[in-house]
Amino acid sequence: MINFQYARATDIADAVRQIAGEPTAKFIAGGTNLIDLMKENIERPSRLIDISRLPLKQIEETGDGGLRIGALVPNSDLAYHALIERRYPLLASAILAGASAQLRNMASTGGNLLQRTRCYYFYDTATPCNKRAPGSGCAARYGLNRMHAILGSSEACIATHPSDMCVALAALEANVHVAGPGGERVIAFADFHRLPGDTPERDTTLRADEIIIAVELPARGFATHYSYLKIRDRLSYAFALVAVAAALELERDTIKEARLALGGVAHKPWRDVAVEKAMRGEPANRASFARAADAILRDARGFEHNAFKIELARRAIVRALTQAAAGTPQSQSVKKIR
Amino acid sequence: MVYIGTPTSRVDGPAKVTGAAKYAGDAAASGLAYGAVVTSAIPKGRIATIDTGAALRVAGVLDVLTHENRPRMARRAAAYKDDVGPEQGSPFRPLYDDTIMFSGQPIALVLAEEWEIARFAASLVRVEYEAEPFATDLRVERERAVAVDEPPKPRGNADKAYAAAAIRHEAEYFIPIEHHNPMELYASTALWEDGKLTIYDKTQGVLNVHNYLCSVFDMKPDKLRVLSPFMGGGFGSGLRPQYEAPLAVLAARALERSVRLVLTRQQMYALCYRPATIERLALGAAPGGTLDSVSHEAIAVTSQYEDYFRNDTGWSGLLYKSPNAKYVHRLARVDLPTPSDMRAPGATTGVYGLECAMDELAVALKIDPIALRLRCYSDRDQHDDIPYTSKQLRKCYRQGAAAFGWDRRNPKPRSMRDGSELVGWGMATGVWEALQMDTALRIVLTANGHAEVSCAFSDIGTGTYTIVAQVAADLLGLPLEAVTVRLGDSTLPQAPVEGGSWTAASVSHAIAKTADEIRKELWRLAKAMPNSPLGACRLEDIALADGRIIDKTDSGRGVAMTDAMRHGRRDRLEHETTNSFAEDDKHARNTHSAIFAEVKVDEELGVIRVTRVVNAVAAGRILNTKTARSQIMGGVVGGIGMALHEETLIDHTLGRMMNANIAEYHVPVNADVHDIEVIFVDEPDELVNPLGIKGVGEIGIVGTAAAIANAVYHATGKRVRDLPITLDKLLG
Repeated sequence: MINFQYARATDIADAVRQIAGEPTAKFIAGGTNLIDLMKENIERPSRLIDISRLPLKQIEETGDGGLRIGALVPNSDLAYHALIERRYPLLASAILAGASAQLRNMASTGGNLLQRTRCYYFYDTATPCNKRAPGSGCAARYGLNRMHAILGSSEACIATHPSDMCVALAALEANVHVAGPGGERVIAFADFHRLPGDTPERDTTLRADEIIIAVELPARGFATHYSYLKIRDRLSYAFALVAVAAALELERDTIKEARLALGGVAHKPWRDVAVEKAMRGEPANRASFARAADAILRDARGFEHNAFKIELARRAIVRALTQAAAGTPQSQSVKKIR
Repeated sequence: MVYIGTPTSRVDGPAKVTGAAKYAGDAAASGLAYGAVVTSAIPKGRIATIDTGAALRVAGVLDVLTHENRPRMARRAAAYKDDVGPEQGSPFRPLYDDTIMFSGQPIALVLAEEWEIARFAASLVRVEYEAEPFATDLRVERERAVAVDEPPKPRGNADKAYAAAAIRHEAEYFIPIEHHNPMELYASTALWEDGKLTIYDKTQGVLNVHNYLCSVFDMKPDKLRVLSPFMGGGFGSGLRPQYEAPLAVLAARALERSVRLVLTRQQMYALCYRPATIERLALGAAPGGTLDSVSHEAIAVTSQYEDYFRNDTGWSGLLYKSPNAKYVHRLARVDLPTPSDMRAPGATTGVYGLECAMDELAVALKIDPIALRLRCYSDRDQHDDIPYTSKQLRKCYRQGAAAFGWDRRNPKPRSMRDGSELVGWGMATGVWEALQMDTALRIVLTANGHAEVSCAFSDIGTGTYTIVAQVAADLLGLPLEAVTVRLGDSTLPQAPVEGGSWTAASVSHAIAKTADEIRKELWRLAKAMPNSPLGACRLEDIALADGRIIDKTDSGRGVAMTDAMRHGRRDRLEHETTNSFAEDDKHARNTHSAIFAEVKVDEELGVIRVTRVVNAVAAGRILNTKTARSQIMGGVVGGIGMALHEETLIDHTLGRMMNANIAEYHVPVNADVHDIEVIFVDEPDELVNPLGIKGVGEIGIVGTAAAIANAVYHATGKRVRDLPITLDKLLG
């Protein structure tokens, strides 16, 4: 860990001002990922700008039936919030599938969006990694890549985004509200995280001088037919091999609206709007779910240790959609898969 | 006996939960300097240049020690030998020269006024290497593995008998590198006082570390004291001295100042590990289910500089009756640190292979796995053809099976279901040694009726403080609260390292012998009292109970110990003795177990849940059913990890361990652990030692992974022979 300065931001404008004046500075909220990365000399901020006291801890209803979640709402408060539990149980479930109770107590909503990959090589400065040290190479490509991407990877990087919460936010078509020197703007969730391409060092489209201030959920919550199914190497406290956020609106047994987002398979929560569109009007059964799985995975490509994830994802998608259609979402406390 | 055999809460529990128990990295001291270690980025080669300039320029940095500027340490490799390290080879010497022998090797020690400064400065040390070709993959290096000469002696002609056997099963079983991952970080606090050093070190053997440091630094024994009063888990990783201890001493001597050195979790992965091992079993049987031939070959990794190995193969010919048996143990040298003992070393890996092979043989023979084991049951040690001091393994099978409900098992794989989950029931046998070691111990009885019991043994978290207090309280006839226990200090009476499951038997008999000296002296004092009610009593009639010296033949007759001491004008009675166990090569000494596991496997996704485990253990007299049960449960949890989760991932292109943290190195979490039932079967044993104690630290893990693997087969019909059984191995 390098020596760094510490400062508190007095308000959002001050936070933006401080980060704009010092591009090597970083915001800190819960610190559940940043501090680890600093200890490993991966993040080396010249200054930590503490935003944890900013007034961004509210969950408010928006005029059009949605919810606006302050960037500093802790993950656990969000997961157990009455409105989230009632109207967006997919989001609550995804949050509870991640990390541990202690980490969720500390981690913030905005920070969850900005957590970095768990690629082994990214975490070890003695090894090549284009995301950590651009141009040094990707050791994972021909190395240990069990946890790595099967979709949307590039020559430069096959890392995955580790968040569970973000997979649900992608499925729910959340919007990310950010503030910068030029004022506020809104980033659609699908545009917030990026694919690695040849600049894998950039995880998101958030600019260096911007701060996340809120995440907004649209009115549609899919509270009746949803499931978050996370498959991992132990039954809790492990990152996803494959995670599926499935949400349906049904008319009798016909799909009226579908959402399908995958975690653990790509550099960002993976969603394919065309596949969801094609599901509309289909019967809600295993055959149509399998077609959707095949479609969303059509470009999937495995590496030495993660090729199994393609078939695993296929089966997990069918299962999660089946759970969603049946109204029996996966429990995050009872580990038996429904 | 008031306390022995009863469930007793840990006497050190309140100290541990309140933080009063100080660990190696907690030891309070003023004026501490702090160390941070820089480690090698490559697995093999030489340090071409090491530039410490930038680190030294950081304000608050006191020094940076490397092989180029370190103070004097012993040159001869022999000076670095310890009590339990491998006999063959040349131990690792930290900061000795420019040679790199493994990735993660310590190559510099930054010393600073504060830990944060040391850690920052450590990141500024620049190293240029001359890299050399290396090898870390057992599956490749097995071709070059060399045989060691110490496997158990063969009998009959195993190859011929195997070739002629009616039913044959041959397979290889793979165990990856696993790490101990104790919760507490390795740490050493070296307190410097006028050339004398007091070292709080995380170790399972204070005397082993003491002798090692005296040898490495050519120090007189009385200039050095090593303490390890509490330990946050060891599992074998702290049997040998680890490098934090010599580096802390090196630093304290260089600075002439007290130093604290705490390793990081990542650095601990380069200390030691359970070696990756291939177990090849060949079993030949008659159709009725008796064994004709057992062949067991183990191929395990060791470092380039030491030959570490344990008995993996001998268990196979010991456990089951077979007229023909042979064993081979080969070592593949790789560019990693030397492996070490990890909970039931050798047996955990060897018996895993054996018990999976027995399950496969039972399938081939179409007989029940327990029935097969009973048909091959041996009441005698097969190696030496001698009886056991006791072996109640039949009871383990019977009681374990009854508790588990084994008779309701449908033997057909994939035949049992619970909704979307396939249900599998598997079992295995466990075996370990009942070891015992010479141990010295001191008891001081003071005139207020309080006893202090001291011994150099460490309590690595197993409950040694508690059983020492229980045994001493019973044998001295005192309430538990009147006994204080001191452990883990090199100035206390000598004890071996805490390992091998030998501590309970060893320390208990040292207590018994020493307490008997106290009893003799109290008898003399009691007899000398005026009008003593014990005046005519012989020593053999005297017992200590309820704080009194009594006549066993008439317990109403007696005097209070405190009165006897007061009359004899004695403030304290002090005795120190060394207990040695009688040689007995006419009996084998072992603990046994039968483990039953239930798994539920999601058929579509391969997700495995271990929903029930019953472990029935025969381990002689159980001193404390509460802490002993915890030991077995901990062993079972370790077995669940071994079966399903644990694997140190090595990038063989980089020669480096890549999941060196407990987020990515998976051990079971609460969600992975369901019902564990521990049964201690009655096993009276007057031959193993006078108190009938065998030890329970290790037997709980032996066989557990096999029982789970066998249950996974029963559930799914898929036989996965390489651990851990991750869900991808069940897909398809």
